[in-house]
Amino acid sequence: MSILDFLIPPSEVSRRSGPHDKIVLSSRVRLARNLRSIPFPSHSKKADRLKAFEALMPVVRGLGQMGPTAFSESMDKLPALEKQLLVERHLISREHAAKNAGSGIVLNREETVCVMVNEEDHLRMQALQPGLQLRQAWMIIDGVDSALQETIEFAFAEKYGFLTACPTNLGTGIRVSAMLHLPGLVLAEQINQIIQAVNKLGLAVRGLYGEGTEALGNIFQVSNQMTLGETENDIVERINKVLLQIIEHEENARLAQLEKKPAVLLNHIGRAYGILGNAWSISSKEALNLLSFMRLGIDIGLFRETPKALVDELFLRSQPAHLQLAHPLREKLGSDERDLFRAEMLRERTAGFPKPDASSLRRGGGPVSDKGEI
Amino acid sequence: MRCQFCKTKDATVHVTEIADQKVKKVDACAACAKEKNYDDPTAFALADHLLGLGASQKMEEAAEALGTLSCSQCGYTQADFKKSGRLGCAHCYEVFAEGLDSVLKTMHKDTQHRGKMPAGVQKTNQSVRILERLSKELQKAIQKEDFETAARIRDEIKVAKVAS
Repeated sequence: MSILDFLIPPSEVSRRSGPHDKIVLSSRVRLARNLRSIPFPSHSKKADRLKAFEALMPVVRGLGQMGPTAFSESMDKLPALEKQLLVERHLISREHAAKNAGSGIVLNREETVCVMVNEEDHLRMQALQPGLQLRQAWMIIDGVDSALQETIEFAFAEKYGFLTACPTNLGTGIRVSAMLHLPGLVLAEQINQIIQAVNKLGLAVRGLYGEGTEALGNIFQVSNQMTLGETENDIVERINKVLLQIIEHEENARLAQLEKKPAVLLNHIGRAYGILGNAWSISSKEALNLLSFMRLGIDIGLFRETPKALVDELFLRSQPAHLQLAHPLREKLGSDERDLFRAEMLRERTAGFPKPDASSLRRGGGPVSDKGEI
Repeated sequence: MRCQFCKTKDATVHVTEIADQKVKKVDACAACAKEKNYDDPTAFALADHLLGLGASQKMEEAAEALGTLSCSQCGYTQADFKKSGRLGCAHCYEVFAEGLDSVLKTMHKDTQHRGKMPAGVQKTNQSVRILERLSKELQKAIQKEDFETAARIRDEIKVAKVAS
């Protein structure tokens, strides 16, 4: 089965919900593991990589947690566009998308567990959950790891813990992260303060697609950096605590903005609505940034009839590979043509959206105070 | 702006590198940047990026401290480690252990693993600890000439040894 038929369609995948999902889009816990007797993939010869690949793929595929209908494929069998699609879904890393023969992916039906074989380490396995559910994600991936350890001996040392290609992942091999939508903090120009504070706590803040990427659409990824010297639970709990703080700050920033500068906020949202519905050419960067404001508008009750899932769906569909694959001819579009096609898709899809209705903020006894003139 | 290398194409890659108080600017087209390795500015700042400021220096020091070591299992050398900031195989962690600790201290909370352990290791650890505790108790009992207790502990040790 092709990955195109396997993946849950954007309209469905966007409908998933979880705790705090106004601000926390998704939670993820990833573990890095290596085989004891084969050199790490980045340094091993092709024969060794294939050996690891052949040893791991069937075991991972056969895990109870993957279910009977998992997708498993060698990376060289996936066309570039389909790999990019997986990156846009945050199922594989950009590094893994560049891999070919000797690397693979195993993904369960629900898209909640995804294992990369021969990325930087022999195994990079991750559990994904909508909203803020780090503990849940850790429980799932811990189970996958334990099940694998019944048949596979991983590289482990009493002092250093699980051994990884990069010493930054040593020990637990855990990366706990959450994807956050923080337009309030960006508008209030408090985001840099937050990033600095979070950095000081030993956590990293990154952009939409991870390391070294821009924070498109006001989306930020927060994750731990230290993996050695603490238990997995301590790491999960610490990030959870920090995230709850960030959520509170974001909520406050939104309220403060609504109270003190409602016109600025409504202007951003109104323009986003106008441009998305009327543009004839739009880049993915612009589209994602405008959709971020639409999402904010929905969160604060400006678009009563429009569910958040619709905007999240457009967020996915606006990204290059998703867009390209939706084109009727499926031929390779240049970036100019993509911008035209993206604008066309957005015009059509937002045509049914009702106008932003600021009066509903007051009628509903919303968070706008009497002082706030709109 | 033209590419400073081929001087024909437009420069699309701009890199400002500051090293030893000297500022070096590079403006190159995509092709030349790739050829001169400027397309991936994270490469030379990789360690800094990953490990926080100053870590790359520590990493170099560590690499130097390791001298001309190479891993007998995978052939990884200190030069490879210096270049990539990564190790070649599980055995490398033993070969390069000496220089690693100072690097790990800059990256992590501690250099002793406290998280999950493979079930096998956990079990051995546990039984080793139980045996240690029992033999201490046995010594105490013998010192106190409490031979009744000593005999009981001796039996317990027998059982524990069989179980492990």
